[in-house]
Amino acid sequence: MSTPLLQVRELSVIARNDRREVTLVERLSFDLGQGEILGLVGESGSGKTLACRALMRLLPSPNLRIEGKSVHLAGHDLLQLDEAGMRRLRGRELGMIFQNPSSHLDPLMRIGEQIAEGIRLHQGASRREARAEAIDVLRQVGIPDPKSRVDNYPHEFSGGMRQRAMIAVALGCNPKVLIADEPTTALDVTVQAQILRLLLELRDRRGLSMILISHDLGVVAQTCDSIAVMYAGRLCEHGGKHELLAHPRHPYSAGLLACHPAQQPQARLMNSIAGQPPLLDALPSGCRFEPRCAQALPLCREQLPELHESGPGHRLACHTPLLAGGPS
Amino acid sequence: MNLARYRFVLIRPLQLLPVLLGISIITFVLVRSIPGDPARVLLGARSTPDAIQKIRAQFGLDEPIWVQYLYFLKNLLNGDLGKSLLYKIDALPLIASRIEPTLMLVLGSVLLALLIAVPLAILAARHKGGWTDNLIRLFTTAGLGLPSFWLGLMLILLFSVHWGLLPVSGYGRTWADKLQHLVLPCLTIALALSAVLVRNLRASLLLEMQADHVTAARARGLGEGALLRRHILPNAIVPTINLLAVNIGWLISGTVVIESLFSLPGIGQLLVRGIFTRDYMVVQGVAMVLACATVAVNFIADVLTTALDPRVKIQ
Repeated sequence: MSTPLLQVRELSVIARNDRREVTLVERLSFDLGQGEILGLVGESGSGKTLACRALMRLLPSPNLRIEGKSVHLAGHDLLQLDEAGMRRLRGRELGMIFQNPSSHLDPLMRIGEQIAEGIRLHQGASRREARAEAIDVLRQVGIPDPKSRVDNYPHEFSGGMRQRAMIAVALGCNPKVLIADEPTTALDVTVQAQILRLLLELRDRRGLSMILISHDLGVVAQTCDSIAVMYAGRLCEHGGKHELLAHPRHPYSAGLLACHPAQQPQARLMNSIAGQPPLLDALPSGCRFEPRCAQALPLCREQLPELHESGPGHRLACHTPLLAGGPS
Repeated sequence: MNLARYRFVLIRPLQLLPVLLGISIITFVLVRSIPGDPARVLLGARSTPDAIQKIRAQFGLDEPIWVQYLYFLKNLLNGDLGKSLLYKIDALPLIASRIEPTLMLVLGSVLLALLIAVPLAILAARHKGGWTDNLIRLFTTAGLGLPSFWLGLMLILLFSVHWGLLPVSGYGRTWADKLQHLVLPCLTIALALSAVLVRNLRASLLLEMQADHVTAARARGLGEGALLRRHILPNAIVPTINLLAVNIGWLISGTVVIESLFSLPGIGQLLVRGIFTRDYMVVQGVAMVLACATVAVNFIADVLTTALDPRVKIQ
């Protein structure tokens, strides 16, 4: 395999309030290959969104800080770039789409103009060229009658069309990597499937690499090539989709899978993992999942398991992994 | 462009009619319930019962009030506001001749206030919590707190008396002269008005800076300048425009103090003198003009809001 497109090494996000520092994302490392779709899965608050904001160096608060070894993309180390250099990469190399398309589109600006904005910025296109290109991008994301829709405002679009429009805005900049933060969560189920199909199509047509953040394993199973599971700010398992879904090795991954309604069609009650995720300012000294883990050993309470290569293309952070043959 | 959203432009002027009718009744009754007889004021020391009676008959003041009002309405339909008791000429041309200074004063103040307020609000929002922000807060607090007549006097003292840069008072004949005379009164109003605007605009800028669509635009590589110009400011300015409209309405009838202070021959001065001399026709006329102006300002603000925000649909 050639060198990956995006190489993240030990990326951390640290929050500081007056006295203390809390690590919200801890030493996250992963690779993303050309045309690969990586699903980043985890509960709310596990740090998936924050990690991706850190990749863009767009943290939502000035009290947050990024640390890490390196984030390599397109010959640059994003952690070493100054703000101006980072700005040149945003959009062009690293695009992002968001959960709520209604609030992430400027209500006062025509859809076409919002798409053209990135095209003009990154390709130096003229107003007329950018408009033609915007129409083309709208067609690519499946907006009917793009020639007239290009002049619409966001409020004249339906929810699904707004998500398509937001994808078009990101695509207009022609990024190599697209970060999709829960792109289907705000949409109804039929539209969800359409948007996922669109993302797959774009991968095939443009060779676009994607990081798809989701808490919905169904979405991830339909779309991704590989899956990374996060728990309490750390990566606990990362591997190929088929292997991870069929044979999860980390007890947390197994628990997540067992919670999915499709796993238990005849169950009366939905499964859940007992207990709550730990508070990030009061973490257990050992494995973060240990208090909720059925497999826990005394070792788990004492020593934090490091992420290690556990097989070809599979990484795991667990002292007591489930057998590769299936849940024991 | 969706022209249907502008349909209110055709309907709104019709709403002016009931407003004017109401205003005319209220001022007509109010001005006549002020104690004092215009004929007596007019004649002063020479007043004899005979002369008073003659004047009252000449202006129809001896009729019952509702008859007077019907006459007033009938004349109004012919574009006649009646004769000024004091100036002995038609009230309408008298008022019309006084509109220009007031209009210039209001326009100049609003323009100046915007020129002051927009950059200050942007500065304050960008450096929120820093010393620039605190300095600007000091300015707005002062602008809101200082009475305008005092501020005007201080400006006269500084610019006209001390430095001799600008005329003390009055209104010129040529345009250049007029503009010179307008600088200080406009500045006096603008300092207070911009204080209101800065506070409002700073708050809505801060809100917009956190908006999701701004994050999305930042994620496509826009710089801070372009973000401000293209996304933050257009969204933040809409509520400020509505606030400005309310303030202009208040300003139009509030220019009295400034006009007196700077001896500007505007509508405010005419109104004050009209009230003191019980010049019924002038007071009624000015009230109608002010009502029209206030309605017009709100109308313009509605057109502007509709043009700026495609979601707005005014019924």
